[in-house]
Amino acid sequence: MARQHTDKEYEGELKTLREHVLLMGAKVEDMIASSVRALVERDSDLARRMIDYDHQINRLEVDTDELCLRILARRQPVASDLRFITIALKLVTDLERIGDLGVNICERVLELNQEPPLKPVTNLRNMADAAQGMVREALDAFVAGDAERAQQVIARDAVVDESYHQIFRELLTYMMEDPRNIYRATRLQSIAKYLERIGDHATNLAEMVVFMVKGKDIRHLHSRD
Amino acid sequence: MNETGEKMRAEGLFAWFGKTEALKGITLPLAERRVTAIIGPSGCGKSTFVRCLNRLHEVVPGARVAGRVLLDGVDVYGRGVDPVRVRRRVGMVFQKPNPFPTLSIRGNVLAGLRLSGVRPDDAEARAERALRQAALWDEVKDVLGRSGASLSGGQQQRLCIARSLALEPEVLLMDEPCSALDPIATAKVEELIHELAERLTIVIVTHNMQQAARVSHVTAFFYLGELVEHAATDTLFTKPSDPRTEDYITGRFG
Repeated sequence: MARQHTDKEYEGELKTLREHVLLMGAKVEDMIASSVRALVERDSDLARRMIDYDHQINRLEVDTDELCLRILARRQPVASDLRFITIALKLVTDLERIGDLGVNICERVLELNQEPPLKPVTNLRNMADAAQGMVREALDAFVAGDAERAQQVIARDAVVDESYHQIFRELLTYMMEDPRNIYRATRLQSIAKYLERIGDHATNLAEMVVFMVKGKDIRHLHSRD
Repeated sequence: MNETGEKMRAEGLFAWFGKTEALKGITLPLAERRVTAIIGPSGCGKSTFVRCLNRLHEVVPGARVAGRVLLDGVDVYGRGVDPVRVRRRVGMVFQKPNPFPTLSIRGNVLAGLRLSGVRPDDAEARAERALRQAALWDEVKDVLGRSGASLSGGQQQRLCIARSLALEPEVLLMDEPCSALDPIATAKVEELIHELAERLTIVIVTHNMQQAARVSHVTAFFYLGELVEHAATDTLFTKPSDPRTEDYITGRFG
């Protein structure tokens, strides 16, 4: 969207909307990084702080929805503006879900911290880095209006999925070794699953960016006629 | 959109007012029983374009046309074609409702017929049919003898539509038919356009892009006398292909 709207107020509203989405994205990235740091460093205080932090993300979702509805009602946007606004509405839904998954990670961390460590969690941290990287790249592609970059994010989801399967197999061996490991191993497995889901949400974000830029829906291609 | 035939087609259409070139080679098919909306900023040639379709442009002193306008495959500018006959088949509704103030409602509906020398035996039935088609019958059936000017603006515009319909045209050109109407009257005319499109080919010129998006199947964007883009309305308003169309419909012009 290189050229400016003749109506400066409208231009301002769209700018505010973009800022809302990006601010929410930044908070969500912070959520992923901090929740996994709470896991690695066994920091229950941090985990509790992040659970509370999620309210800010939820608030932003509500505000952004409201702003989108207001713009739709008042401006009747079309073409790239319409795609931008409808996509913003959907982006924030996925971002909010990622925030919730971060909260779930923190809840499992609080449970794990009641017990001695089961095993090093390096592979979970790597997985979190990958998932967070996908969210960041999807949002950067959104800002830059870069469909190619969004496509690359989608390709990266396979890596996150593969990490999940590896971690799952590893945790199974712990559980088979000793039933007393099951409580902690299932919590770690849940965290791996949350991270895998974050990868899926990031993939959704990237698909929407492709639609916003190209006007072409690339979701569920195999399930259509 | 169902595939339908081509009712009209402009081919390499040029128009001038004196030395000013108003249309610069427009080629645009108009699908039968479809609504085609023409949008574009003031002075882009959209009104001139529709006035060329029924040979109204040439009645302006100094105005000139070149190129072809096919109606059922026959050039309306061809040798031996009677412009009056063209205007009967291709009717027109203007921006401001312009009923004849001295004529009754009935007289207004039949005025077009009388002016073109037709005095049908079934005048009453024709007037009723035209008023029904224009969705005005129920509102005026008891006051047909009253002056056309006694009606509200929206009713007057539907009266003008009825006047055009009484001639049983095949194509209806509408030049900003709602710009002088309030939203309710506008909605009635738009509803009417949907109904009429079941039988007629309609071309509507409008400054109101939401109106184009609401009523038309195909939208054509004119700029500086050129046709920039024409596409299915759904496509044009969600994903236009030309950046000038994008700028215009999103309000990034000038």
